[in-house]
Amino acid sequence: MSSDTKKVLFGPVVDNNPIALQVLGVCSALAVTSSMANALVMTLAVIVVTAFSNLFISIIRNQIPSSVRIIVQMAIIASLVIVVDQVLKAFSYQLSKELSVYIGLIITNCIVMGRAEAFAMKEKPGVSFLDGIGNGLGYGAVLMVVAFFRELLGFGKIFGMEVLPLVQNGGWYQGNGLLVLPFSSFFIIGLIIWAVRQWKPEQVEKD
Amino acid sequence: MEHYLSIFVKTIFIENMALSFFLGMCTFLAVSKKVSTAIGLGVAVVVVLGLAVPANQIIYQAILAPGALDSLMGITDPKESIDLSFLSFITFIGVIAALVQILEMLLDKYFPALYQALGIFLPLITVNCAIFGAVSFMVAKNLTLGESVVYGVGSGIGWMLAIVLMAGLREKMKYSDVPNGLKGLGITFITAGLMAFGFLSFGGISL
Repeated sequence: MSSDTKKVLFGPVVDNNPIALQVLGVCSALAVTSSMANALVMTLAVIVVTAFSNLFISIIRNQIPSSVRIIVQMAIIASLVIVVDQVLKAFSYQLSKELSVYIGLIITNCIVMGRAEAFAMKEKPGVSFLDGIGNGLGYGAVLMVVAFFRELLGFGKIFGMEVLPLVQNGGWYQGNGLLVLPFSSFFIIGLIIWAVRQWKPEQVEKD
Repeated sequence: MEHYLSIFVKTIFIENMALSFFLGMCTFLAVSKKVSTAIGLGVAVVVVLGLAVPANQIIYQAILAPGALDSLMGITDPKESIDLSFLSFITFIGVIAALVQILEMLLDKYFPALYQALGIFLPLITVNCAIFGAVSFMVAKNLTLGESVVYGVGSGIGWMLAIVLMAGLREKMKYSDVPNGLKGLGITFITAGLMAFGFLSFGGISL
């Protein structure tokens, strides 16, 4: 793999993370992270949508008049999300019920729109596709880390498997009630940002 | 009347769009540096939500809902009943984008002062997930037309309240000594988490 491809694919995971640095796609990051299974499904859905919307928009980028480009991008993204939603409903109805409106909200997830506008409108289809996967991975990385802490410390489980036996079930671990509540992901993301910026000081914001 | 009032209060405080469902977070975090801009954006969101939710309610119930078109097409056999609800995402986003565009033109023509004040915020609202989220919740909750007007306006006011409060806090925060890595986005996340914690206390109120 050449270094350019690597940069496009893995750059967004740490160096230019969509959530921690570009402030994109925060909404769903908070609501779907109560369990790792939900976070994984959401990650896959976002990777698929971002990658293919980047690919299709990049293919027709020279045909899109700039005055209606937002509507064209929206139409492509919305169609992809409908496909994802229908597939989920068909093969995993329970999960699609749990994620409720948040699958539909991928349409307005700014990562998809932002990458289409900032990258796919200028670059070739192949590299845009990779950029979509990369940004989906960066989004997913944050999602999985948050879900890991919330599920492990809140419920004592990883992917639904019991790791720390809870007091209620005769074990020794007292579940942390704060991490069960959705807003705890705010704190976890805040702390992740802090940790990443200690490690990579060039990301610190100047005021 | 009481019923509508209880929906109104509920959407502002108990089911606050920004702090309970984490919708519209991208703009919530990115455009909350100054109170004056936060108020401008908040007003725009209230107007668009107040129009978009009822408009989509009419379209959903009249065209997209399962069996809605049957009487029009003269279908009596339930097996041939038309269900267009899979088209709802793409329809909603189209309606929202069109509404924002029309609103922009009307304001430009009849209220140029307000148009100048709202400036770039109006087009940005198309991709604000609070709008799309409220519309999706309207479908999920199966609201009537009257309820959907109250729901739209109420959730808009709730979102505005949250972003104005946040901007007030951030203006004060300029004078505090935040650790380097937490500056900017990190501390904003943690503040938002604490605000959501506060709003959780409304959850005990039953209406």
